[in-house]
Amino acid sequence: MRQVDETDLEDLAVGAAVLGTGGGGNPYIGKLLAQQAIRAHGPVTLVDVGEVPDDALVVPSAMMGAPTVMVEKLPRGDEIIRAFKTLEEYLGRPITHTVSIEAGGLNSTTPFGVAAQMKIPLVDADGMGRAFPEIQMVTPTLFGVSATPMALADEKGNIALIATIDNRWTERFARSITVDMGATAMIALYVLSGKQLKESMVPGTIGLAQELGRLIRETRAAHGDAVQAILDRLRGYRVFEGKIADVQRRTEAGFAKGEARIDGVEGDAGASLVIRFQNEHLVAIRDGEIVASVPDLIIVLGAETGEPITTEELRYGFRVTVIATPCDPKWRTKAGIDLVGPRYFGYDIDYVPVEERFGAAARR
Amino acid sequence: MRIGIDVGGTNTDAVLMDGRKVIAEVKTPTTADVTSGVVTALRNLVGEQRAKPGHVQAVMIGTTHFTNAVVEAKRLMPTAAVRLGLPATQALPPMVDWPERLRKALGGHVYLCHGGHEFDGRHISELDPGELRRAAEDIGSKGIRSVAISSVFSPVNNEFEEEAGKLLESELPGVMISLSHEIGRIGLLERENATIMNACLRDLAVHIVDAFHGALAEVGIEAPVYLSQNDGTLMSVDYAQRYPVATFASGPTNSMRGAAFLSGCLDCAVVDVGGTTSDVGVLQHGFPREASIAVEIGEVRTNFRMPDVFSFGLGGGSLVREDGELEIGPESVGYELTSKALCFGGDTLTATDIAVAGGLADIADRSRVAGLSPDLVKRSLQMMEDRIAQAVDRMKTSAGAIPIVVVGGGSILIRDSLPGASELVKPEHFAVANAIGAAIAQVGGEVDRIFSLDKKSRDETLEEAKREAAEKAVAAGASPGTVHVVDVEEVPLSYLPSNATRIRVKAVGELELEAESVATGR
Repeated sequence: MRQVDETDLEDLAVGAAVLGTGGGGNPYIGKLLAQQAIRAHGPVTLVDVGEVPDDALVVPSAMMGAPTVMVEKLPRGDEIIRAFKTLEEYLGRPITHTVSIEAGGLNSTTPFGVAAQMKIPLVDADGMGRAFPEIQMVTPTLFGVSATPMALADEKGNIALIATIDNRWTERFARSITVDMGATAMIALYVLSGKQLKESMVPGTIGLAQELGRLIRETRAAHGDAVQAILDRLRGYRVFEGKIADVQRRTEAGFAKGEARIDGVEGDAGASLVIRFQNEHLVAIRDGEIVASVPDLIIVLGAETGEPITTEELRYGFRVTVIATPCDPKWRTKAGIDLVGPRYFGYDIDYVPVEERFGAAARR
Repeated sequence: MRIGIDVGGTNTDAVLMDGRKVIAEVKTPTTADVTSGVVTALRNLVGEQRAKPGHVQAVMIGTTHFTNAVVEAKRLMPTAAVRLGLPATQALPPMVDWPERLRKALGGHVYLCHGGHEFDGRHISELDPGELRRAAEDIGSKGIRSVAISSVFSPVNNEFEEEAGKLLESELPGVMISLSHEIGRIGLLERENATIMNACLRDLAVHIVDAFHGALAEVGIEAPVYLSQNDGTLMSVDYAQRYPVATFASGPTNSMRGAAFLSGCLDCAVVDVGGTTSDVGVLQHGFPREASIAVEIGEVRTNFRMPDVFSFGLGGGSLVREDGELEIGPESVGYELTSKALCFGGDTLTATDIAVAGGLADIADRSRVAGLSPDLVKRSLQMMEDRIAQAVDRMKTSAGAIPIVVVGGGSILIRDSLPGASELVKPEHFAVANAIGAAIAQVGGEVDRIFSLDKKSRDETLEEAKREAAEKAVAAGASPGTVHVVDVEEVPLSYLPSNATRIRVKAVGELELEAESVATGR
């Protein structure tokens, strides 16, 4: 158990963008919201998964919608409280803990606002160990946890409480309701017991995000190699070094899809790497051959700074280092690969873990 | 004939131009009051007897006044920030991410009111005139004379900002209103921040414009005055008094545009080597490429149109040291170069000394650097060249070699070629490229909005956006026949099923010098 204050959130937001693998929404707004809540209500108590009693009632909290809308229509502030109250009424029990559903991007910091306002502890864990674009894409789905009952709240006072037959239906309904609410909503879903939390969530990811942010900051201050520091911490591999040569984006079925082409420099000179994305990076293709894919993390970092770069920021001329890091082992089951593997996103290839593709020799 | 002036941190540069010809150039130190430096520069230009004041048709000024006022938190007026968006947005009120020092300088007067739009144009809530009147009453009772109004999604629909502005103007006669949709892009906090900065500079803008007019009157010039904006276009003084923030970062823009003009390269990298730092930017169709990430001014996040410039610590005054490892910069003797550098009789080894010893420049006393080890000189020159080449490479958009134009007083550090340069150009008048950039600036118009592609085709939508941008350029004073579109950018918006896309179009044209009534609004 430890206390998290305003200043800790600076590092956390940077680290969350690393785990966001190009997507996950703008962590700046999430950071400000959490800082405001902490300023008003005091520091947040962060507890480890092991400290949560088995009979605890844990409800993840998040923001859903279009990242481009979230930076414009800012929240009222109490949406999530109303969503929580609605769920409590429905469940007939008080919620004891909240947790992040997505450690990557905006939603790593969203639950801090909830925890500060409700004065409940935040569990150091999340449901992905990264960011993914759809609601059903969380590790609790693999353990049979239902996304519903789910509450969605907007700033006007509207609340939707939904129950669905499976978690893909939850994604469908919630997406439509979110658009009606103005393309942003605060959501509470995946009601978990403490026991379910322990078996189905990815532990330690909030602390990890904070640590990654601190590593980048401190390594840069010491003029060290921030990319290497991240690789060491995440046991990852250098996939490619180069310069962004082309970025194409399009909207398809409500997602930002596209690809970035990177021309190699130094050891990768003469080669070319294409990264395809759907909000988050999906696959990395070197000279026509897939070299990394979901659910492993494909992360684009500034070559000199080690700062994470989101797909919205990808731009001609950036010098980048692309790294790949292993996903949480829960994703590496058949059910996990079916849910978030390359085939779900339309790539007809078998998932090969990044360690097998690169091996110990490729790690520098 | 036209006069271009660039008021920088160290020097005030001015040029007199006849068409495309530079007739005279002067460099004088920037003065604390700024105006007297401008008067000196103007007197020197006219004093050279090459032009009668009456022949000057226009004066273009680039200035750092407004940026410095915000950075120093000085001469800012008390400002009210009115945001329309309730019940949304309360969690992060206006100025939430400002440093305390700057918020205090403005008084921290914040009003959250109803209004605002959804991404698709629906109203979040209706405007509440009673609520706005109560805000006006409070603003009036505090004696605040400048108000920034921001409404959620106003870049998509500006009706609420316009209505609220009119209401406040009628309640508070003489109040100065700044509307966010006229200043920034999507991103409420950043746009609002820029609008509040604009509002707090309004008094200073009136004062500075008066001072410039006074300076011109002193030397007998009656021509209209324009200020340079950060995108390389001009604005009339009337416009500048309403939108002073548009001057932010016009310095690097002017120097890049001047470099393009002097060299004739419209697509190239520009390296501006100063005394302490070098700036590298990229020109596309003769205009600086813009930065896409948030830009901080005085520690406040904004989303201005800003040139994408990479600055690094290498200039003519950079210290050269070898203590085990060779190091050049970032420390610099700066403006003390002519007293501290070895070749000027000082005791400090600088980048300029290396250039002189290496035979790149023939300034000061070469014999004073004759004792430097040829190996050190060779390695230092190589290191400087490598760093500049790396900086250019970082900014380039394609792998191929591109033309590189070098301007600024520190240009002597660079030899006749650089790796990655298809050609290296050191144009004439390189030391006053920034003032030339001010003199030749064009006028522009921009559209940046979210469009839905469900009802209209993409081509129709793009045409609509281009037409609107061109109309805005003409309204800003461009000669209609010269207006053309220089930039089109599309960003599809994720998660929105309605195939919404954000389109940015920029059009520019030559300033219509003959029709001043159009250009200046007088």
